[in-house]
Amino acid sequence: MSQARLELQHLSKSFGPTDVLADISLSVQPGEFVSILGPSGAGKSTILQLLTGASTPDAGQMLHDGQPLSPTQHRFAFMPQGDALMPWRRIIDNTTLGLEVQGLRREAARARVAPLFAEFGLAGFEDHYPAQLSGGMRQRAALLRTVVQQRPMLLLDEPFGALDALTRAQMQRWLAGMWTRHRWTVLLITHDVREAVLLSDRIYVLSARPARVAQEFQVPIDHPRQGAGSPGLAAIEAEILQTLLNPED
Amino acid sequence: MSNAAFPRLLARFFRHAGPATASVSTLILGWEAYVQLSGISPTALPSPSRIIGQGFVQREALARHSLATLQATTFGFASSLAAAFFFSILIDFCRPLRRALFPVFIITQTLPLVAIAPLIVLWFGFGLTPKIVLVALVTFFPMLVALAQGYEATDRNIAALLASMGASRWRIFLMARLPSALPYFFAGLRISITYAVVGAIFAEYAGAARGLGIYILNAKNNFRPDLVLAAVFVSATLTLLLFGATVLLQRAAMPWARLKEIRP
Ligand SMILES: Nc1ncnc2c1ncn2[C@@H]1O[C@H](COP(=O)(O)OP(=O)(O)OP(=O)(O)O)[C@@H](O)[C@H]1O
Ligand SMILES: [Mg+2]
Repeated sequence: MSQARLELQHLSKSFGPTDVLADISLSVQPGEFVSILGPSGAGKSTILQLLTGASTPDAGQMLHDGQPLSPTQHRFAFMPQGDALMPWRRIIDNTTLGLEVQGLRREAARARVAPLFAEFGLAGFEDHYPAQLSGGMRQRAALLRTVVQQRPMLLLDEPFGALDALTRAQMQRWLAGMWTRHRWTVLLITHDVREAVLLSDRIYVLSARPARVAQEFQVPIDHPRQGAGSPGLAAIEAEILQTLLNPED
Repeated sequence: MSNAAFPRLLARFFRHAGPATASVSTLILGWEAYVQLSGISPTALPSPSRIIGQGFVQREALARHSLATLQATTFGFASSLAAAFFFSILIDFCRPLRRALFPVFIITQTLPLVAIAPLIVLWFGFGLTPKIVLVALVTFFPMLVALAQGYEATDRNIAALLASMGASRWRIFLMARLPSALPYFFAGLRISITYAVVGAIFAEYAGAARGLGIYILNAKNNFRPDLVLAAVFVSATLTLLLFGATVLLQRAAMPWARLKEIRP
């Protein structure tokens, strides 16, 4: 196996008396789409906190391309839970946020993101404020803000968690299509089994808190996938649900 | 603005201002009627028409004194704002300082104005300075609390996002915490601006060469309640205008805040 883009070894983390992560080991290969599935409150967002340097692990190792992660290097483009769009910035200025922080001039940053608006279904909405957009459009804007940073890896925390079922299904298909074209390296957090199965190459299922990796699933089906109707995906989905609902089996 | 927008704006103005105009006019008409019918002496309760008439006669003096009050209010309020911004940022970046300074600020709020105003005049004289100090004293703390609370209201996800992008603490403050505080800032501004006028008049009342406060004191000593009330009317109008200015300022500074309902 080639060098992993990201490798986590035996991470653990407590917040005061609360043990959140017990023992997390996982890896993501370059160009791979990996999902973490787990019950609410298991500690999924906490894993991303450790990766982005918002908190430090109590024990364990985090390796990026074989090197220990240092808090001063920003290797990940992070999409927080909820879209985290700034209500006071127009959509175009929300999407350039990462580039501006990287030191790009506002005009140059705009020129970089503007051509991507059509692909993200946001053409014509550059000068709108987030409050004027639908939930699905807001999520696409947040994703655009994430990918345009051109980091080696994307961290997505429940990007579609707040959407209605229909919009969510549409957004999942849209993301599947985008990924097939761009082949980003992605670590996705979700508690939607169907979403994980539709999008991922591999899936880690976490136990309830304190979280450990309960099981790892491969999804050996070529992209682009046909969606929930495909029998191969449905079988894996059923198997994962079984693991989540009967943890002791 | 297009031509069609103007009648709509006018209609909106009447829809919003209509009820207030009606209630205030009813109050004034009732007052006028009572004075006319009861035959009460104008030195006890002057009628609105008398107040307006005498106020008009005295319009030059009133304007001169109002200008002095307005000057004290704006200078005092501006210094208070500058101080509030400075200390709110200091406190935001240094938690221990917050615990050290907050009690001091709270003590300044417990000082009774009646006691402190003459002292400040005693220390700083009859000029503009004591008014500025007093106005700043009454408005500083509400503004500081509004700002500090506003910074804390920052969406944690937005702060985490900026940190993940590599933004410094100062950058996060400028890009996220400061804009998040804007609604709190304007709420504080609306309240403080009314305190500011009252504070200025209070300082003038305690001793001044010019200003509505000293005008009111003189009118009272000359047994002219009509002129006292004329000055009160002027100060109320001044406060309302300043209040209106903050509302307009907020609209200009936060265009996104009114967009919630307007979806394309
Ligand atoms: N900075 C923190 N300080 C204290 N406790 C925290 C902190 N971050 C997370 N926790 C605690 O860790 C636990 C797991 O939180 P986390 O957000 O990782 O869960 P999650 O799996 O992402 O849940 P959800 O699916 O609801 O988003 C929670 O009990 C939470 O209260
Ligand atoms: Mg979470």
